[in-house]
Amino acid sequence: MGRAITGASHPVVLYVSGGNTQVIAYAEQRYRIFGEALDIAVGNCLDRFARTIEISNDPAPGYNIEQLAKRGGRVLLDLPYAVKGMDCSFSGILTRADELAAHMKNGGKGPDGEPITPADLCFSLQETVFAMLVEITERAMAHVGSSQVLIVGGVGCNERLQEMMGAMAADRGGSVYATDERFCIDNGIMIAHAGLLAYETGFHTPIQESTCTQRFRTDEVLVKWRK
Amino acid sequence: MTTTNTTTTTQFPPPKVLTYPSSTPPILITQGAEGRLYKTTYLSPSIPCALKYRPPKPYRHPILDARLTKARLSAEAKVLERCWREGIPVPAVYAVDTSAGWMAIEWIDGPPVRAGINEWLGDPPEVEQDGGHQQDKKKENADEDEGEAPMVDLMRRIGLAVGRLHNLAGVVHGDLTTSNMMLRPPLDGGDAAQGKAGKALEGEVVLIDFGLATQSQSDEDRAVDLYVLERAFLSTHPRAERLFGEVLEAYRGSFKKAASVLVKLEDVRMRGRKKSMIG
Ligand SMILES: Nc1ncnc2c1ncn2[C@@H]1O[C@H](COP(=O)(O)OP(=O)(O)O)[C@@H](O)[C@H]1O
Ligand SMILES: [Mg+2]
Repeated sequence: MGRAITGASHPVVLYVSGGNTQVIAYAEQRYRIFGEALDIAVGNCLDRFARTIEISNDPAPGYNIEQLAKRGGRVLLDLPYAVKGMDCSFSGILTRADELAAHMKNGGKGPDGEPITPADLCFSLQETVFAMLVEITERAMAHVGSSQVLIVGGVGCNERLQEMMGAMAADRGGSVYATDERFCIDNGIMIAHAGLLAYETGFHTPIQESTCTQRFRTDEVLVKWRK
Repeated sequence: MTTTNTTTTTQFPPPKVLTYPSSTPPILITQGAEGRLYKTTYLSPSIPCALKYRPPKPYRHPILDARLTKARLSAEAKVLERCWREGIPVPAVYAVDTSAGWMAIEWIDGPPVRAGINEWLGDPPEVEQDGGHQQDKKKENADEDEGEAPMVDLMRRIGLAVGRLHNLAGVVHGDLTTSNMMLRPPLDGGDAAQGKAGKALEGEVVLIDFGLATQSQSDEDRAVDLYVLERAFLSTHPRAERLFGEVLEAYRGSFKKAASVLVKLEDVRMRGRKKSMIG
């Protein structure tokens, strides 16, 4: 689906949503997971932190963190950086960010001696977790020899993430492909698209026998429509 | 393909240390995930060395970038030295400059394990009629395809090397992949008994790229190390999937506490791999 919209031919895919964080690349009839979050998903980390600092859910917690972060940048607060190979973890970062938020509420100061603000927290959190995502994506690209990245999933709408990914891809002589809000989060259209491709390869299921599962793992599906 | 062989040095600016007049012009070997690797010489033009350079990452906040580069490079050099002392096959460290972001290490003259395996997979060996049959130590695999013996043997060497790293050096690698292991060719030019088919898989397994390594003796960390390797292996060499078990079996036999690490590996797999996907 992402390939159809963006025209990317052999991208490494970063799938980042509230429930999933995966680095995926296609090899021999399957989308294979090269790396993933070992504990909570990045979107979950951002959403929970939004709740900690009581920012609105409207239109989405991640979006509001992004807007607040744009006002940060004065300082970068120290957060754990947890990357293991092509995997990463976010719960330690969330714990530390929550602690810093409590510190802020008690009038805590940052490394420059100024009071910490929600904008500083959002900025530092984004810079840290996105750097991790870009790093594991870059490692997968080096590993499979691709210079294209495709970002999908709700967190993929974040412009700072897209910008950082763009800088990394440019450095490797490639480019980043991102789908916009219309496609990032509409699972229905993605399933329909995958279904159509499968249908064209001769995979038919009568409507009466069709069932529903939410639990297909990315690498469970046999992909016949790609070379 | 990770490696881009090139003979030019103009494509990317090299670190300052490589711009001094020298009898050996540096050759850019790879643009890896972390940085670049150059081939040059150390002290004497007859001693080849690998110079690992981590340039600043443009996407990363400069403070975070400097913090990570410094910490990783000095950790990497420390871990290499520790492994070297314990007799684990790793490149020796010649010189380090963490602020400038480079480290000079021993040159390993061989292909990455990934390349060896791909060469072997790309050209599946026929069942051998000579040499292969007369080996007794491979008896236990009598019902396996004889042609797989060199691959099985390599898998065991990998398992052993990782076991020794965990046990003797007390180090977890953090980024075990078949690109981060090299095959140092045997000095005598190869074990003839392995036959031609296994040529690509010969050599001593040398572990490299300790950029994400940490000192740890915990079952959990060791299990995650194996899990990272398992996943990298299965996604890089899907056709050799069946053989990965040999890595774990050799690991099991390599030290006393290995068995409990493998039990932990089940947990780690459950948490990561088998976790169902929702949303
Ligand atoms: N000591 C060495 N001798 C020869 N080649 C090396 C050596 N170290 C690394 N290489 C080659 O350079 C590549 C990248 O080096 P590596 O240490 O893995 O850096 P990165 O962190 O960028 O992956 C390796 O996959 C290998 O092919
Ligand atoms: Mg490497």
